[in-house]
Amino acid sequence: MTVQINRRSLLTVLAAAGGGLTLGFGPVARALAAGTTDAKLNTYVTVHADGSVTIMAQNPEIGQGVKTSIPQLVAEELDVDWSAVTIEQAIADTAVYGRQVAGGSMATTLQYDPLRRMGATARAMLVTAAATRWGVPAGECTTASGTVLHAASGRKLGYGDVAADAAKLPLPDPATIALKDPANFTIIGQPMTGVDNYKLVTGQPLFGIDAKVPGMVYAAYEKCPVFGGTIKSADLTKAKAIKGVIDVFVIPGSGDPAVTGLSEGVAIIADSWWTANRARAALAIVWNEGPRAGASSTAIAAQAAAFAKQAPQQSIVSTLDTDKALVGAAKRVDAVYSYPYLAHAPMEPMNCTARVAGGKVEIWAPTQNPEPGRAQVAKALGVPPADITIHMMRCGGGFGRRLGNDYMVEAATISARAGKPVKLIWSREQDIQQSFYRPGGFHNLSGGLDASGKLIAWRNHFVSYGSDGKFARSAQIAPGLFPDGFVENIAIGASLMPTPLETGPLRAPVSNAFGFVMQSFLDELALAAKIDPLAFRQQLLGSARIVGDTSNGHTGLDTGRTRAVLDAAAKAAGWGRALAPRSGLGIAFYFSHRGYFASVAEVTVAEDGAVTVVKVWVAGDVGRQIVNPSGANNQIVGSTLDAINATLNQQITVANGRVVQRNFDDYPLLRMPDAPPVVVEMVASDNPPTGLGEPAYPPVPPAITNAIFAATGVRVRSLPVDTALLKKA
Amino acid sequence: MAYTISVNGAPQQVDVDGEMPLLWVLREVLDLPGTKFGCGIAQCGACTVHLDGVAVRSCQTPVSSVGKAKVTTIEAIGATPRGKALQDAWVAGDVAQCGYCQAGQIMSAAALLASKPKPTDADIDAAMAGNLCRCATYPRIRAAIHAATTEA
Repeated sequence: MTVQINRRSLLTVLAAAGGGLTLGFGPVARALAAGTTDAKLNTYVTVHADGSVTIMAQNPEIGQGVKTSIPQLVAEELDVDWSAVTIEQAIADTAVYGRQVAGGSMATTLQYDPLRRMGATARAMLVTAAATRWGVPAGECTTASGTVLHAASGRKLGYGDVAADAAKLPLPDPATIALKDPANFTIIGQPMTGVDNYKLVTGQPLFGIDAKVPGMVYAAYEKCPVFGGTIKSADLTKAKAIKGVIDVFVIPGSGDPAVTGLSEGVAIIADSWWTANRARAALAIVWNEGPRAGASSTAIAAQAAAFAKQAPQQSIVSTLDTDKALVGAAKRVDAVYSYPYLAHAPMEPMNCTARVAGGKVEIWAPTQNPEPGRAQVAKALGVPPADITIHMMRCGGGFGRRLGNDYMVEAATISARAGKPVKLIWSREQDIQQSFYRPGGFHNLSGGLDASGKLIAWRNHFVSYGSDGKFARSAQIAPGLFPDGFVENIAIGASLMPTPLETGPLRAPVSNAFGFVMQSFLDELALAAKIDPLAFRQQLLGSARIVGDTSNGHTGLDTGRTRAVLDAAAKAAGWGRALAPRSGLGIAFYFSHRGYFASVAEVTVAEDGAVTVVKVWVAGDVGRQIVNPSGANNQIVGSTLDAINATLNQQITVANGRVVQRNFDDYPLLRMPDAPPVVVEMVASDNPPTGLGEPAYPPVPPAITNAIFAATGVRVRSLPVDTALLKKA
Repeated sequence: MAYTISVNGAPQQVDVDGEMPLLWVLREVLDLPGTKFGCGIAQCGACTVHLDGVAVRSCQTPVSSVGKAKVTTIEAIGATPRGKALQDAWVAGDVAQCGYCQAGQIMSAAALLASKPKPTDADIDAAMAGNLCRCATYPRIRAAIHAATTEA
């Protein structure tokens, strides 16, 4: 039953079945935070008659812990016991929930205040309902553990006892809603264990790949190994004859698959996925491989080297005198840095279950970003977006990969053609070979120092991917990148090559590569200046202030916060201490996703060049409040270990337009014996709380490569680390 | 053809191709989705189950090879005191991030504890090296295994 109680404010209260209270407002709560009531219906809090509470989790859960941490915000201000709370995953519906994206480490940033207000407003209505029943002023009532108390008369009522009354009340004026003093927090700031933990350890279905729909069949989808390729001819006879195969058919492509999400290919549906996937080998397809067929990593490197000899195609940042300053510098350092394409390789392969029937589409998808998928499915099938229901299943990892929804469009298209519900699963090889990738890149750097060792000039000619002057996705460089704003003469330019692989965001996009480049080159400059790497950075950062663009939601760089994490990491690691031969410490900092992080890595390099990361010390500042310290620590440790693996072990290369690597045997993930201890220290600052899925990553690769230099005297300028270069002479 | 295999203490008859990996028999035929598909080539350990108490990769175990061996999956490992202790330690230690690999991790850990009730860090590293965690929750996995041995 829906009871619209306040048409003027467009705010609605839903009375849930059983006399409970469902309350919510939106869109998004940003409107509320600004003190307005210009909001549409949405739903976060349900108080049941027995006093238990259901809180909706609005964002996709990919392992970043939002299904636990964001409801903590609501529960805290609602003033209930966490044990009385059940979390329910919302479906994808931006009209109700606003932004539902696992990306950009933005959930905490965007929802910290608004969702506290959701809880506080519900609490206020429950208080009013109890006060009304007692005939006392609401101001005389307090709450604790899901109970309204009237101290003067010693009376109390459980939330469940007044929920139905509260549902009939008008929404309180947002200006009257007070939030708790953080000193009184009992849920925010507590290390809450993940709300799905029990289901995870007992094997209950949660993930996209676990979806089950009556009448469902299984699908595999064969696409051209060169992205964008189309079918010249396809003989499906042998595949169709395999026992268990139900049907095999061509799915025509239309338009640019990078836009539509749908590459041309052959779908196999069968009574098991194993059968469908195995039948791919029986397909006889001749492909039109298209213009990318000849591409190779070797040719790309050669082209990048050729570009490096020319002026940049476009200027990003340019002061007048950079060239002159470099020529006149007391010391000058030139270096070329590069890094490879990377695949995300989340543990759960891409998959989606779709049921297209009667003009309606229902989708069960592990997705980080359902709405673009909805739009692509709507276009592919010619159905209105409103006729598509998307269940956001728990994701077995995301890392940015599931910001794209190609597997969703494929599943829906195959289901429509098959006339049956279909579960599409990609093989691991398809996941690694047919993804969009963290773009590789090449940086041609020059730095100039004056006689005192001060950095006076910086030039970066970035050879990246793109076409027609436009950067490929996640391949861009922009003004404001450190040390822009900290050096008098700076020139950043870019030249673009066509990319043979589709590109896109991977955890801490852009920053995951630029951290390595900028913070390694800073170390080279510190060496040339004969200044300790930590001191060089401290001097460059200077006094506490905000540097850079602070307009339009940009934050600039807070040098005080940067210094604080740098100093904390250095102190924790014992920066400056003596180490054994072929051991070293390296330090780096990075600011991304509103989080300030510094890392110190200790490495040992064996005589054969093998690198062991012995330990990493991390210091971070994400504002004044950590919502869930357990989840926060897990993200920071995980990001750090992820970055160690990328630095030492991972690369995607291209030959004949195809990705060379296939599976975890040649595209390795970190294994337990190679995971060093990671010591995390959080530095609180009086700033709004921000997210932790990404910002701990970028300083780790340069901390490692700087430590390798300290251990061996060899400067690593290309990733992954080539241990052959580190052999003892 | 038809095979009768013992899964989590009960005989199950399945009529499938003998080459079909146990993983897909469990997930798609017997509706036990806790065992996960990760790589299909025994590189990641997400599909780990026990055959007579020994950890095996079910993605590389043809159903025809199971024979009379008793298959135990994550859905039933909690019936043993060690399995239950591991599950409890995993929950309390808040090990998981995405959680996709954790069923396989627990199955490998349970097999380890069966042979070494008080494993050292080195024992744990050796026994768990075949189980990948893309979120890299390894420090917590290690801690949870230790915690489970002190609780049991």
